[in-house]
Amino acid sequence: MADKHLSTQFDSELNTVSSRVMELGGLVESQLRLAIYALSQFSAESANQVIETELRVNGMELDIDRELSSIIARRQPTARDLRLLIAISKTTANLERAGDEAAKIARMVKSILHSGASRTLPSSDLRVAADLASGLLRKALDAFARLDTVAAVSILKEDDQIDAEFDGFVRKLITYMMEDPRTISASLDLLFIAKAIERVGDHAKNIAEFIIYIVKGADVRHSPMDQIESAAK
Amino acid sequence: MDTLSATREKSKISVKNLNFYYGKFHALKNINLEIPENKVTAFIGPSGCGKSTLLRVMNRMYELYPEQRAQGEVLLDGANLLTSKEDVALLRAKVGMVFQKPTPFPMSIYDNIAFGVKLFESLNASDMDERVEWALRKAALWGEVKDKLNQSGSSLSGGQQQRLCIARGIAIKPEVLLLDEPCSALDPISTAKVEELIAELKKDYTVVIVTHNMQQAARCSDYTAYMYLGDLVEFGATEEIFFKPKRKETEDYITGRFG
Repeated sequence: MADKHLSTQFDSELNTVSSRVMELGGLVESQLRLAIYALSQFSAESANQVIETELRVNGMELDIDRELSSIIARRQPTARDLRLLIAISKTTANLERAGDEAAKIARMVKSILHSGASRTLPSSDLRVAADLASGLLRKALDAFARLDTVAAVSILKEDDQIDAEFDGFVRKLITYMMEDPRTISASLDLLFIAKAIERVGDHAKNIAEFIIYIVKGADVRHSPMDQIESAAK
Repeated sequence: MDTLSATREKSKISVKNLNFYYGKFHALKNINLEIPENKVTAFIGPSGCGKSTLLRVMNRMYELYPEQRAQGEVLLDGANLLTSKEDVALLRAKVGMVFQKPTPFPMSIYDNIAFGVKLFESLNASDMDERVEWALRKAALWGEVKDKLNQSGSSLSGGQQQRLCIARGIAIKPEVLLLDEPCSALDPISTAKVEELIAELKKDYTVVIVTHNMQQAARCSDYTAYMYLGDLVEFGATEEIFFKPKRKETEDYITGRFG
Protein backbone atom coordinates (compact mmCIF):
# COMPACT_ATOMS: atom_id res chain seq x y z
CA MET A 1 0.00 0.00 0.00
CA ALA A 2 2.90 2.28 -0.83
CA ASP A 3 1.18 4.70 -3.19
CA LYS A 4 -0.49 7.59 -1.49
CA HIS A 5 -4.03 8.74 -2.05
CA LEU A 6 -4.72 12.40 -2.62
CA SER A 7 -6.74 12.13 0.56
CA THR A 8 -4.28 11.73 3.40
CA GLN A 9 -7.23 10.97 5.65
CA PHE A 10 -8.08 7.93 3.55
CA ASP A 11 -4.46 6.79 3.63
CA SER A 12 -4.43 7.17 7.36
CA GLU A 13 -7.67 5.20 7.76
CA LEU A 14 -6.34 2.35 5.64
CA ASN A 15 -3.06 2.28 7.53
CA THR A 16 -4.85 2.29 10.85
CA VAL A 17 -7.14 -0.61 10.01
CA SER A 18 -4.23 -2.58 8.51
CA SER A 19 -2.23 -2.08 11.71
CA ARG A 20 -5.17 -3.22 13.81
CA VAL A 21 -5.31 -6.46 11.82
CA MET A 22 -1.60 -7.05 12.35
CA GLU A 23 -2.12 -6.37 16.05
CA LEU A 24 -4.93 -8.91 16.15
CA GLY A 25 -2.69 -11.36 14.30
CA GLY A 26 0.05 -10.91 16.86
CA LEU A 27 -2.38 -11.44 19.71
CA VAL A 28 -3.79 -14.63 18.22
CA GLU A 29 -0.28 -15.91 17.51
CA SER A 30 0.74 -15.42 21.12
CA GLN A 31 -2.52 -17.02 22.24
CA LEU A 32 -1.72 -20.05 20.13
CA ARG A 33 1.86 -20.34 21.34
CA LEU A 34 0.64 -20.21 24.91
CA ALA A 35 -1.96 -22.88 24.17
CA ILE A 36 0.75 -25.15 22.75
CA TYR A 37 2.83 -24.49 25.85
CA ALA A 38 -0.16 -25.33 28.06
CA LEU A 39 -0.53 -28.59 26.17
CA SER A 40 3.11 -29.60 26.31
CA GLN A 41 3.41 -28.74 30.02
CA PHE A 42 -0.17 -29.58 30.95
CA SER A 43 -0.28 -26.18 32.61
CA ALA A 44 -3.69 -25.11 33.88
CA GLU A 45 -2.41 -21.59 34.51
CA SER A 46 -1.32 -21.08 30.90
CA ALA A 47 -4.57 -22.61 29.72
CA ASN A 48 -6.53 -20.07 31.75
CA GLN A 49 -4.50 -17.20 30.32
CA VAL A 50 -5.34 -18.35 26.81
CA ILE A 51 -9.03 -18.46 27.62
CA GLU A 52 -8.95 -14.95 29.09
CA THR A 53 -7.32 -13.55 25.94
CA GLU A 54 -10.39 -14.61 23.95
CA LEU A 55 -12.33 -11.59 25.17
CA ARG A 56 -9.72 -9.22 23.80
CA VAL A 57 -9.63 -11.03 20.48
CA ASN A 58 -13.39 -10.86 20.11
CA GLY A 59 -13.40 -7.18 21.00
CA MET A 60 -10.77 -6.43 18.37
CA GLU A 61 -12.73 -8.28 15.73
CA LEU A 62 -15.75 -6.08 16.42
CA ASP A 63 -13.63 -2.92 16.36
CA ILE A 64 -12.00 -3.78 13.06
CA ASP A 65 -15.31 -4.63 11.41
CA ARG A 66 -16.77 -1.38 12.62
CA GLU A 67 -13.85 0.58 11.14
CA LEU A 68 -14.17 -1.31 7.87
CA SER A 69 -17.87 -0.50 7.55
CA SER A 70 -17.14 3.13 8.20
CA ILE A 71 -14.43 3.32 5.55
CA ILE A 72 -16.56 1.52 2.96
CA ALA A 73 -19.57 3.72 3.64
CA ARG A 74 -17.65 6.95 3.37
CA ARG A 75 -15.00 6.27 0.77
CA GLN A 76 -16.65 4.06 -1.89
CA PRO A 77 -13.36 2.22 -2.34
CA THR A 78 -12.58 0.66 -5.68
CA ALA A 79 -10.08 -1.77 -7.20
CA ARG A 80 -7.11 -2.45 -4.97
CA ASP A 81 -8.49 -0.54 -2.01
CA LEU A 82 -11.78 -2.44 -2.22
CA ARG A 83 -10.01 -5.78 -2.42
CA LEU A 84 -7.83 -4.87 0.54
CA LEU A 85 -10.83 -4.03 2.70
CA ILE A 86 -12.71 -7.16 1.72
CA ALA A 87 -9.60 -9.23 2.44
CA ILE A 88 -9.12 -7.53 5.80
CA SER A 89 -12.69 -8.37 6.74
CA LYS A 90 -12.19 -12.04 5.93
CA THR A 91 -8.72 -12.19 7.46
CA THR A 92 -10.09 -10.75 10.68
CA ALA A 93 -12.75 -13.46 10.76
CA ASN A 94 -10.12 -16.13 10.16
CA LEU A 95 -7.91 -14.74 12.91
CA GLU A 96 -10.77 -14.63 15.38
CA ARG A 97 -11.57 -18.27 14.61
CA ALA A 98 -7.92 -19.24 14.96
CA GLY A 99 -8.12 -17.59 18.37
CA ASP A 100 -11.18 -19.72 19.10
CA GLU A 101 -9.18 -22.82 18.22
CA ALA A 102 -6.42 -21.77 20.63
CA ALA A 103 -9.04 -21.34 23.35
CA LYS A 104 -10.48 -24.76 22.50
CA ILE A 105 -7.03 -26.31 22.90
CA ALA A 106 -6.72 -24.65 26.29
CA ARG A 107 -10.14 -25.94 27.40
CA MET A 108 -9.27 -29.46 26.28
CA VAL A 109 -5.99 -29.31 28.20
CA LYS A 110 -7.92 -28.39 31.33
CA SER A 111 -10.37 -31.20 30.70
CA ILE A 112 -7.54 -33.71 30.32
CA LEU A 113 -5.89 -32.41 33.47
CA HIS A 114 -9.19 -32.81 35.30
CA SER A 115 -9.55 -36.42 34.15
CA GLY A 116 -6.08 -37.20 35.49
CA ALA A 117 -5.01 -39.17 32.41
CA SER A 118 -2.53 -36.59 31.19
CA ARG A 119 0.83 -38.28 31.60
CA THR A 120 0.12 -41.39 29.58
CA LEU A 121 -1.12 -39.75 26.40
CA PRO A 122 0.99 -39.19 23.26
CA SER A 123 0.43 -35.44 23.49
CA SER A 124 4.06 -34.69 22.62
CA ASP A 125 3.38 -36.10 19.18
CA LEU A 126 1.08 -33.19 18.64
CA ARG A 127 3.94 -30.78 19.17
CA VAL A 128 5.18 -31.15 15.60
CA ALA A 129 1.82 -30.33 14.08
CA ALA A 130 1.25 -27.55 16.59
CA ASP A 131 4.56 -25.86 15.79
CA LEU A 132 3.88 -26.22 12.08
CA ALA A 133 0.49 -24.57 12.44
CA SER A 134 1.81 -21.78 14.61
CA GLY A 135 4.68 -21.21 12.20
CA LEU A 136 2.29 -21.16 9.27
CA LEU A 137 0.14 -18.52 10.92
CA ARG A 138 3.21 -16.40 11.58
CA LYS A 139 4.29 -16.74 7.95
CA ALA A 140 0.81 -15.85 6.71
CA LEU A 141 0.72 -12.70 8.80
CA ASP A 142 4.21 -11.70 7.65
CA ALA A 143 3.26 -12.28 4.04
CA PHE A 144 0.05 -10.29 4.52
CA ALA A 145 1.97 -7.33 5.93
CA ARG A 146 4.27 -7.38 2.91
CA LEU A 147 1.55 -8.43 0.40
CA ASP A 148 4.00 -11.12 -0.71
CA THR A 149 2.29 -13.43 -3.20
CA VAL A 150 5.32 -15.72 -3.53
CA ALA A 151 5.26 -16.39 0.20
CA ALA A 152 1.49 -16.87 -0.02
CA VAL A 153 1.84 -19.66 -2.58
CA SER A 154 4.45 -21.46 -0.50
CA ILE A 155 2.16 -21.26 2.55
CA LEU A 156 -0.63 -22.86 0.55
CA LYS A 157 1.69 -25.72 -0.31
CA GLU A 158 2.73 -26.20 3.30
CA ASP A 159 -0.77 -26.69 4.68
CA ASP A 160 -0.76 -30.24 3.30
CA GLN A 161 1.96 -31.13 5.78
CA ILE A 162 -0.24 -30.27 8.73
CA ASP A 163 -3.09 -32.33 7.31
CA ALA A 164 -0.73 -35.30 6.95
CA GLU A 165 0.46 -34.91 10.56
CA PHE A 166 -3.14 -34.81 11.69
CA ASP A 167 -4.02 -38.03 9.85
CA GLY A 168 -0.97 -39.76 11.34
CA PHE A 169 -1.91 -38.63 14.81
CA VAL A 170 -5.48 -39.89 14.49
CA ARG A 171 -4.21 -43.33 13.55
CA LYS A 172 -1.92 -43.34 16.57
CA LEU A 173 -4.73 -42.32 18.89
CA ILE A 174 -6.97 -45.07 17.58
CA THR A 175 -4.28 -47.61 18.43
CA TYR A 176 -4.03 -46.11 21.89
CA MET A 177 -7.76 -46.29 22.47
CA MET A 178 -7.93 -49.88 21.30
CA GLU A 179 -5.09 -50.88 23.59
CA ASP A 180 -6.65 -49.26 26.65
CA PRO A 181 -10.32 -48.22 26.56
CA ARG A 182 -9.90 -46.30 29.82
CA THR A 183 -7.98 -43.68 27.82
CA ILE A 184 -10.85 -43.09 25.40
CA SER A 185 -12.25 -40.01 27.11
CA ALA A 186 -8.90 -38.24 27.36
CA SER A 187 -7.93 -39.45 23.90
CA LEU A 188 -10.99 -37.81 22.45
CA ASP A 189 -10.00 -34.55 24.12
CA LEU A 190 -6.63 -34.93 22.47
CA LEU A 191 -8.31 -35.59 19.16
CA PHE A 192 -10.21 -32.33 19.46
CA ILE A 193 -6.94 -30.59 20.17
CA ALA A 194 -5.39 -32.13 17.08
CA LYS A 195 -8.40 -31.00 15.06
CA ALA A 196 -8.07 -27.48 16.45
CA ILE A 197 -4.42 -27.39 15.39
CA GLU A 198 -5.34 -28.56 11.93
CA ARG A 199 -7.99 -25.83 11.74
CA VAL A 200 -5.40 -23.18 12.61
CA GLY A 201 -3.42 -24.35 9.60
CA ASP A 202 -6.55 -23.90 7.48
CA HIS A 203 -7.03 -20.35 8.73
CA ALA A 204 -3.42 -19.51 7.89
CA LYS A 205 -4.04 -20.90 4.44
CA ASN A 206 -7.16 -18.76 4.00
CA ILE A 207 -5.20 -15.64 4.92
CA ALA A 208 -2.58 -16.56 2.30
CA GLU A 209 -5.32 -16.90 -0.34
CA PHE A 210 -6.46 -13.36 0.38
CA ILE A 211 -2.98 -11.97 -0.22
CA ILE A 212 -3.26 -13.19 -3.81
CA TYR A 213 -6.76 -11.68 -3.98
CA ILE A 214 -5.53 -8.27 -2.90
CA VAL A 215 -2.48 -8.14 -5.16
CA LYS A 216 -3.76 -9.93 -8.25
CA GLY A 217 -7.53 -9.60 -7.95
CA ALA A 218 -7.85 -13.38 -8.31
CA ASP A 219 -10.04 -15.35 -5.92
CA VAL A 220 -8.11 -18.62 -5.56
CA ARG A 221 -10.27 -20.20 -2.90
CA HIS A 222 -11.17 -23.77 -3.84
CA SER A 223 -8.73 -23.69 -6.77
CA PRO A 224 -6.17 -26.38 -7.53
CA MET A 225 -2.50 -25.56 -6.95
CA ASP A 226 -1.57 -25.11 -10.62
CA GLN A 227 -4.27 -22.47 -11.06
CA ILE A 228 -3.18 -20.75 -7.87
CA GLU A 229 0.42 -20.62 -9.05
CA SER A 230 -0.49 -19.08 -12.37
CA ALA A 231 -2.87 -16.59 -10.75
CA ALA A 232 -0.14 -15.45 -8.36
CA LYS A 233 2.43 -14.74 -11.08
CA MET B 1 -6.08 -1.86 -27.99
CA ASP B 2 -8.66 -4.25 -29.26
CA THR B 3 -11.84 -3.10 -27.63
CA LEU B 4 -14.19 -5.17 -29.78
CA SER B 5 -13.23 -8.47 -28.24
CA ALA B 6 -13.23 -6.76 -24.86
CA THR B 7 -16.95 -6.34 -25.12
CA ARG B 8 -18.03 -9.34 -27.15
CA GLU B 9 -21.06 -7.25 -28.02
CA LYS B 10 -22.42 -5.94 -31.26
CA SER B 11 -20.80 -2.64 -32.05
CA LYS B 12 -23.01 0.39 -32.70
CA ILE B 13 -20.24 2.92 -33.21
CA SER B 14 -16.70 2.03 -34.24
CA VAL B 15 -14.05 4.65 -33.72
CA LYS B 16 -10.96 3.91 -35.79
CA ASN B 17 -7.66 5.78 -35.65
CA LEU B 18 -9.39 8.97 -34.65
CA ASN B 19 -7.26 12.04 -34.23
CA PHE B 20 -8.74 15.42 -33.35
CA TYR B 21 -7.24 18.89 -33.37
CA TYR B 22 -8.23 22.23 -31.90
CA GLY B 23 -6.07 24.30 -34.24
CA LYS B 24 -2.59 22.90 -33.59
CA PHE B 25 -3.52 21.23 -30.32
CA HIS B 26 -3.72 17.46 -30.67
CA ALA B 27 -6.69 16.72 -28.47
CA LEU B 28 -7.48 13.10 -29.34
CA LYS B 29 -4.62 10.74 -30.11
CA ASN B 30 -5.31 7.77 -32.31
CA ILE B 31 -8.45 6.59 -30.58
CA ASN B 32 -9.72 3.10 -31.35
CA LEU B 33 -12.92 2.15 -29.60
CA GLU B 34 -16.08 0.11 -30.08
CA ILE B 35 -19.27 1.41 -28.51
CA PRO B 36 -21.56 -1.58 -27.84
CA GLU B 37 -25.15 -1.43 -28.98
CA ASN B 38 -27.91 -1.08 -26.38
CA LYS B 39 -25.47 -0.62 -23.55
CA VAL B 40 -24.35 2.37 -21.54
CA THR B 41 -20.74 3.32 -22.12
CA ALA B 42 -19.15 5.91 -19.84
CA PHE B 43 -16.13 8.07 -20.61
CA ILE B 44 -14.21 9.07 -17.49
CA GLY B 45 -10.98 10.94 -16.94
CA PRO B 46 -9.64 14.17 -15.49
CA SER B 47 -10.49 17.56 -16.96
CA GLY B 48 -8.96 18.06 -20.37
CA CYS B 49 -8.56 14.36 -21.11
CA GLY B 50 -10.68 14.57 -24.26
CA LYS B 51 -13.81 12.78 -23.15
CA SER B 52 -16.23 15.54 -24.16
CA THR B 53 -14.26 16.09 -27.36
CA LEU B 54 -14.66 12.42 -28.24
CA LEU B 55 -18.36 12.53 -27.44
CA ARG B 56 -18.90 15.54 -29.64
CA VAL B 57 -17.17 13.95 -32.59
CA MET B 58 -19.92 11.36 -32.61
CA ASN B 59 -22.50 13.84 -33.79
CA ARG B 60 -20.11 16.21 -35.54
CA MET B 61 -20.69 19.07 -33.12
CA TYR B 62 -17.18 20.27 -33.94
CA GLU B 63 -18.33 21.36 -37.39
CA LEU B 64 -19.75 24.45 -35.81
CA TYR B 65 -16.16 25.61 -35.27
CA PRO B 66 -13.80 25.97 -38.25
CA GLU B 67 -10.53 25.47 -36.37
CA GLN B 68 -11.60 22.04 -35.11
CA ARG B 69 -10.97 19.03 -37.30
CA ALA B 70 -11.22 15.25 -37.08
CA GLN B 71 -9.18 12.63 -38.93
CA GLY B 72 -9.96 8.95 -39.00
CA GLU B 73 -13.21 7.04 -39.03
CA VAL B 74 -16.26 6.98 -36.86
CA LEU B 75 -18.54 4.28 -38.18
CA LEU B 76 -22.20 4.29 -37.25
CA ASP B 77 -23.60 0.91 -38.26
CA GLY B 78 -20.68 0.59 -40.63
CA ALA B 79 -20.97 3.97 -42.37
CA ASN B 80 -18.35 6.63 -41.63
CA LEU B 81 -20.25 9.55 -40.22
CA LEU B 82 -17.25 11.87 -40.55
CA THR B 83 -17.28 11.77 -44.32
CA SER B 84 -20.94 11.15 -44.90
CA LYS B 85 -22.62 13.37 -47.44
CA GLU B 86 -25.82 13.09 -45.49
CA ASP B 87 -27.29 16.25 -43.95
CA VAL B 88 -25.67 16.65 -40.56
CA ALA B 89 -29.06 17.45 -39.07
CA LEU B 90 -30.18 13.97 -39.96
CA LEU B 91 -27.10 12.59 -38.25
CA ARG B 92 -27.98 14.57 -35.15
CA ALA B 93 -31.47 13.13 -35.28
CA LYS B 94 -29.98 9.63 -35.22
CA VAL B 95 -27.34 10.55 -32.66
CA GLY B 96 -28.93 12.88 -30.13
CA MET B 97 -27.14 14.87 -27.47
CA VAL B 98 -28.06 16.15 -24.02
CA PHE B 99 -25.83 18.75 -22.42
CA GLN B 100 -24.67 19.48 -18.93
CA LYS B 101 -26.80 22.52 -18.44
CA PRO B 102 -30.47 21.84 -19.17
CA THR B 103 -31.40 23.79 -22.29
CA PRO B 104 -35.17 23.87 -22.66
CA PHE B 105 -36.35 25.89 -25.62
CA PRO B 106 -38.16 29.12 -24.70
CA MET B 107 -41.52 27.55 -25.46
CA SER B 108 -44.10 25.34 -23.85
CA ILE B 109 -43.28 21.86 -22.59
CA TYR B 110 -45.35 20.45 -25.41
CA ASP B 111 -43.60 22.50 -28.07
CA ASN B 112 -40.19 21.65 -26.68
CA ILE B 113 -40.86 18.06 -27.67
CA ALA B 114 -42.86 18.77 -30.84
CA PHE B 115 -40.37 21.24 -32.28
CA GLY B 116 -37.70 18.67 -33.11
CA VAL B 117 -40.20 16.11 -34.32
CA LYS B 118 -41.69 18.61 -36.75
CA LEU B 119 -38.29 19.15 -38.35
CA PHE B 120 -38.11 15.53 -39.43
CA GLU B 121 -41.63 14.16 -39.62
CA SER B 122 -45.07 15.45 -40.55
CA LEU B 123 -47.46 14.13 -37.99
CA ASN B 124 -51.09 15.08 -37.63
CA ALA B 125 -52.23 16.63 -34.38
CA SER B 126 -53.29 13.47 -32.63
CA ASP B 127 -50.17 11.56 -33.71
CA MET B 128 -48.07 14.44 -32.43
CA ASP B 129 -49.91 14.38 -29.11
CA GLU B 130 -49.14 10.69 -28.89
CA ARG B 131 -45.49 11.22 -29.69
CA VAL B 132 -45.16 13.97 -27.10
CA GLU B 133 -46.79 11.80 -24.46
CA TRP B 134 -44.66 8.83 -25.43
CA ALA B 135 -41.44 10.83 -25.15
CA LEU B 136 -42.43 12.35 -21.82
CA ARG B 137 -43.39 8.92 -20.47
CA LYS B 138 -40.09 7.46 -21.63
CA ALA B 139 -38.30 10.27 -19.84
CA ALA B 140 -40.27 9.55 -16.66
CA LEU B 141 -41.69 13.06 -16.78
CA TRP B 142 -45.26 12.56 -18.03
CA GLY B 143 -46.87 12.23 -14.62
CA GLU B 144 -45.32 15.49 -13.46
CA VAL B 145 -46.19 17.61 -16.50
CA LYS B 146 -49.29 16.13 -18.11
CA ASP B 147 -51.55 18.79 -16.67
CA LYS B 148 -49.31 21.68 -17.62
CA LEU B 149 -48.07 20.93 -21.10
CA ASN B 150 -48.74 24.50 -22.13
CA GLN B 151 -46.54 25.96 -19.45
CA SER B 152 -43.07 27.09 -20.34
CA GLY B 153 -40.28 24.56 -20.27
CA SER B 154 -38.31 26.88 -18.02
CA SER B 155 -40.99 26.70 -15.34
CA LEU B 156 -39.76 23.22 -14.46
CA SER B 157 -37.13 22.40 -11.85
CA GLY B 158 -33.54 21.68 -12.96
CA GLY B 159 -34.00 17.94 -12.79
CA GLN B 160 -37.27 18.12 -14.67
CA GLN B 161 -35.72 20.37 -17.31
CA GLN B 162 -32.99 17.85 -17.87
CA ARG B 163 -35.52 15.07 -18.26
CA LEU B 164 -37.37 17.33 -20.67
CA CYS B 165 -34.19 17.64 -22.71
CA ILE B 166 -33.85 13.87 -22.69
CA ALA B 167 -37.49 13.52 -23.76
CA ARG B 168 -36.82 16.01 -26.54
CA GLY B 169 -33.85 13.93 -27.63
CA ILE B 170 -35.81 10.69 -27.63
CA ALA B 171 -38.89 12.11 -29.36
CA ILE B 172 -37.19 12.02 -32.74
CA LYS B 173 -36.39 8.35 -32.22
CA PRO B 174 -32.62 8.43 -32.32
CA GLU B 175 -30.48 5.35 -32.23
CA VAL B 176 -27.79 6.75 -30.00
CA LEU B 177 -28.00 9.15 -27.08
CA LEU B 178 -24.94 11.14 -26.11
CA LEU B 179 -25.10 12.58 -22.60
CA ASP B 180 -22.45 15.13 -21.68
CA GLU B 181 -22.32 15.28 -17.87
CA PRO B 182 -26.12 15.26 -17.74
CA CYS B 183 -26.35 15.32 -13.94
CA SER B 184 -23.61 17.82 -13.06
CA ALA B 185 -26.11 20.59 -12.44
CA LEU B 186 -28.61 18.40 -10.60
CA ASP B 187 -29.23 17.55 -6.96
CA PRO B 188 -28.84 13.93 -5.78
CA ILE B 189 -32.51 13.02 -6.09
CA SER B 190 -32.81 14.38 -9.63
CA THR B 191 -29.54 12.67 -10.43
CA ALA B 192 -30.91 9.37 -9.19
CA LYS B 193 -34.03 9.81 -11.33
CA VAL B 194 -31.96 10.52 -14.42
CA GLU B 195 -29.77 7.50 -13.70
CA GLU B 196 -32.88 5.31 -13.36
CA LEU B 197 -33.98 6.69 -16.70
CA ILE B 198 -30.64 5.87 -18.31
CA ALA B 199 -31.01 2.27 -17.17
CA GLU B 200 -34.40 2.11 -18.87
CA LEU B 201 -33.24 3.90 -22.03
CA LYS B 202 -30.53 1.43 -22.87
CA LYS B 203 -33.17 -1.14 -23.69
CA ASP B 204 -33.99 0.85 -26.81
CA TYR B 205 -30.96 3.07 -27.39
CA THR B 206 -27.21 3.00 -27.29
CA VAL B 207 -26.14 5.44 -24.60
CA VAL B 208 -22.78 7.15 -24.22
CA ILE B 209 -22.26 9.27 -21.14
CA VAL B 210 -19.41 11.56 -20.20
CA THR B 211 -19.09 12.06 -16.49
CA HIS B 212 -16.50 13.41 -14.11
CA ASN B 213 -18.29 11.59 -11.31
CA MET B 214 -16.66 8.19 -11.12
CA GLN B 215 -19.26 6.74 -8.86
CA GLN B 216 -21.91 7.66 -11.39
CA ALA B 217 -19.98 5.84 -14.10
CA ALA B 218 -19.70 2.88 -11.75
CA ARG B 219 -23.43 2.92 -11.01
CA CYS B 220 -24.81 3.60 -14.46
CA SER B 221 -22.63 2.13 -17.10
CA ASP B 222 -21.99 -1.29 -18.55
CA TYR B 223 -18.66 -0.29 -20.08
CA THR B 224 -16.18 2.38 -19.10
CA ALA B 225 -13.43 4.10 -21.05
CA TYR B 226 -10.70 5.87 -19.08
CA MET B 227 -9.03 8.69 -20.95
CA TYR B 228 -6.01 10.80 -20.12
CA LEU B 229 -4.47 13.68 -22.08
CA GLY B 230 -6.13 12.65 -25.32
CA ASP B 231 -5.30 8.95 -25.06
CA LEU B 232 -7.67 6.08 -24.45
CA VAL B 233 -5.86 4.39 -21.58
CA GLU B 234 -8.22 1.53 -20.87
CA PHE B 235 -11.63 0.28 -21.92
CA GLY B 236 -13.56 -2.56 -20.37
CA ALA B 237 -16.62 -3.81 -18.53
CA THR B 238 -17.38 -1.39 -15.74
CA GLU B 239 -17.17 -4.02 -13.03
CA GLU B 240 -13.69 -4.99 -14.25
CA ILE B 241 -12.50 -1.40 -14.41
CA PHE B 242 -13.69 -0.70 -10.88
CA PHE B 243 -12.67 -4.03 -9.36
CA LYS B 244 -9.50 -5.00 -11.16
CA PRO B 245 -8.37 -2.49 -13.80
CA LYS B 246 -5.62 -3.65 -16.13
CA ARG B 247 -3.60 -0.45 -16.14
CA LYS B 248 -1.99 1.14 -13.13
CA GLU B 249 -2.92 4.57 -14.52
CA THR B 250 -6.57 3.56 -14.46
CA GLU B 251 -6.31 2.23 -10.93
CA ASP B 252 -4.52 5.35 -9.74
CA TYR B 253 -7.29 7.52 -11.17
CA ILE B 254 -10.25 5.59 -9.82
CA THR B 255 -8.75 5.05 -6.37
CA GLY B 256 -7.77 8.68 -6.03
CA ARG B 257 -4.02 8.31 -6.28
CA PHE B 258 -2.48 10.87 -8.56
CA GLY B 259 1.18 10.16 -7.85
